[in-house]
Amino acid sequence: MSVELAYWQSTSIRLVFALVAVLIPAGGAVYLYLFKMMSFMQSRLGPMEAGPYGSMQLLAEVGKWLQKEDIFPRKADKLVFALAPYVVLLSTFLLVLVVPFGPDAYFVDLDVGVFFALAVSSVSVLGILMAGWGSANKYSLLGGLRAAGQLIAYELPMVLAVVGVVIQAGTLSMQGIVSAQAEGEIFGFGGLGNPFIITQFVGFAIFMIAVQAELSMTPFDMPIAESELVTGYLTEYSGMRFLLFFIGEFATANIFAFFASVLFLGGWTVPPFITDIFGIEYDDAIFNVLGPIVMLTKMLLVTFLVYWARFSYPRFREDQLQRFAWKILIPISLVNIFVTGVLKVVF
Amino acid sequence: MTAISDRRQMAYIANQAADARVNLELEAEGMTLNIGPQHPATHGTLRIVVRLDGEQVIEADPVMGYMHRGYEKLAEVRTYPQVTTLVNRIDWLGSFANEVPFILACERLMGIEAPPRAQWIRTIFHELGRIANVTLFLGDLGVQLGAITPVFLAFRDREYVLNQIEAATGGRFHPNFDRIGGLKDDLPAGWIAETKASLDKIREFCNTLEDLLMGNEIFQSRTRGVGVIPADVGLAYGLTGANIRASGVDWDLRRDEPVGLPYDQVDWKVWTHPDGDSFARCWLRLQEVRESCNIVEQLLDTIPSGPIMAKVPRIIKVPEGEAYVATENPLGMMSYYVVSQGELEPFRVKIRSASFSNMSITPWLLKGVYVPDVITILASLYFILGDIDR
Repeated sequence: MSVELAYWQSTSIRLVFALVAVLIPAGGAVYLYLFKMMSFMQSRLGPMEAGPYGSMQLLAEVGKWLQKEDIFPRKADKLVFALAPYVVLLSTFLLVLVVPFGPDAYFVDLDVGVFFALAVSSVSVLGILMAGWGSANKYSLLGGLRAAGQLIAYELPMVLAVVGVVIQAGTLSMQGIVSAQAEGEIFGFGGLGNPFIITQFVGFAIFMIAVQAELSMTPFDMPIAESELVTGYLTEYSGMRFLLFFIGEFATANIFAFFASVLFLGGWTVPPFITDIFGIEYDDAIFNVLGPIVMLTKMLLVTFLVYWARFSYPRFREDQLQRFAWKILIPISLVNIFVTGVLKVVF
Repeated sequence: MTAISDRRQMAYIANQAADARVNLELEAEGMTLNIGPQHPATHGTLRIVVRLDGEQVIEADPVMGYMHRGYEKLAEVRTYPQVTTLVNRIDWLGSFANEVPFILACERLMGIEAPPRAQWIRTIFHELGRIANVTLFLGDLGVQLGAITPVFLAFRDREYVLNQIEAATGGRFHPNFDRIGGLKDDLPAGWIAETKASLDKIREFCNTLEDLLMGNEIFQSRTRGVGVIPADVGLAYGLTGANIRASGVDWDLRRDEPVGLPYDQVDWKVWTHPDGDSFARCWLRLQEVRESCNIVEQLLDTIPSGPIMAKVPRIIKVPEGEAYVATENPLGMMSYYVVSQGELEPFRVKIRSASFSNMSITPWLLKGVYVPDVITILASLYFILGDIDR
């Protein structure tokens, strides 16, 4: 970039783009999947009144939530209760910081981007525990405790699944992982690059399962299990605060999908055989514009899987979920790391 | 000034006391959790007070009666034909089945018998009610376990059956079609072919659900081996219907106690399952929907012609006496004990509804299970609030 911007200018531009990167994909995915895809899977139409094909429905919902009364339960720990949604949202915004959208279109390119992302993703646990405790409600408390146990259990397989990618790419930087995939070759054939989903498909599967659990989406939605715990830690929340939780949940879903596309699907790059047609490099400046679109497409593909499972599966029981994490996912991901390490040395 | 500080002090004491209570509940003797009367999983206003140790149930106590409507007493001030309107509302998902035993009891007292065509049509509606009822159960099962899609499919496909019931009787939920001595009306033209088509939809629904829900590994791991009712315990608590058949007891009133419904004219099978767990109860109901489709189809093929009403006086006075009739309803055994003193109104109507007895096993069954399993077990026992609180 030839234009030199003052610190406050670049910061405010980044802030605006961060809001855009969090809210627009979240709104789009909620409309596309939560409203429309779910409805079509359940042989109904979904929202049809607000805007063409109900596309303004989400705005109407937001308007509804903003108008609702701001309720504090009488015995609630007011400070904790009020702060909880912001803590959850904080984790979402910290996560989006390390997602690269193009060769120069990123917020920060940390050398330990993957590590940072996995670390801040557990901040939301704190918010959920706060919500569970602060609500002074037994259902909320049970939900909060379930959420804490679940998120901690599934943090580990997620980290271990990513380790395979990191070994293969040889870097913890998100941009580095993207380049490694774009420049990679599969047995001398470079037309596809080397998206890690081909070599790390076990890691991808484990990562997606862990993401599902991190987001507490069905089949891992015990923390908010509506038929058991009313809505778990969300029971006492209404209006604006509920909206913040809602944004947090669905925006985080998208950001994890962004991560999955960066780590396993080649990020903002397109397969080299396409760039060869136009005679440009994979990190040409045009990808600062095309990159976000490519990322959005890949994100929608990945979130499709997340929501597909969400709409079709019943939920696990708490002990089954823990057993699944500790006895199945973690051993498999350890074997995956071992095999990846051996093959990395061999080839 | 003093008033304010007094109030503050009082508030402080009250807060401390509340905290102490919460701590006591949390630590000393487990936490008491009120599931219901307003709770998503109770289909209405059932309240279950559970004491929890962590998430394990130490003690469960169902509290019934939030929806008691006094039908037994109300029936004493209604004429016999009017009672069917009341009893329609007991099990509101399979309403026609509620009317049948009462009408049969009255007919037995009066010594009349409905003509064969009426008996056939009664049985058809009895089974259609069962299909409509259990179809919704199968969909609702998914919701209780967190799968949201099956219930929409259930609502969609149940509509085919309800449309048929509405076409013939004029009421979707509450047909009020049964009369002492026969039926209100004959079937409309073309009804038989349409019903057969709707049965195919139901069979398709059963296949879908078997794939989507029953075959799902998570569903199986949630329900297999959970809430096991041994046959002797189930019999001791008076379980009936699919709940006891799932424990391996081959007992079905449709076959064992023919009371004027032509089930013996049909080739059908009573399903049982040896396991007695939640999965067995759910699986069994799915098979019973299919079996009901078979029964209805055969009855539609063999339906005799003739009148639909026996000779009945204009004003119905039931002669003195007592009659007891039990039938196999969607939820289990439903029976009426009608005592008449020769008046226009019954002297006493005792209603035995299946869900009330089925609920009685919950304190025994819920002991030691986890909170998520409370929901699965309640869902698989399948009660309808109107059937518990009459």
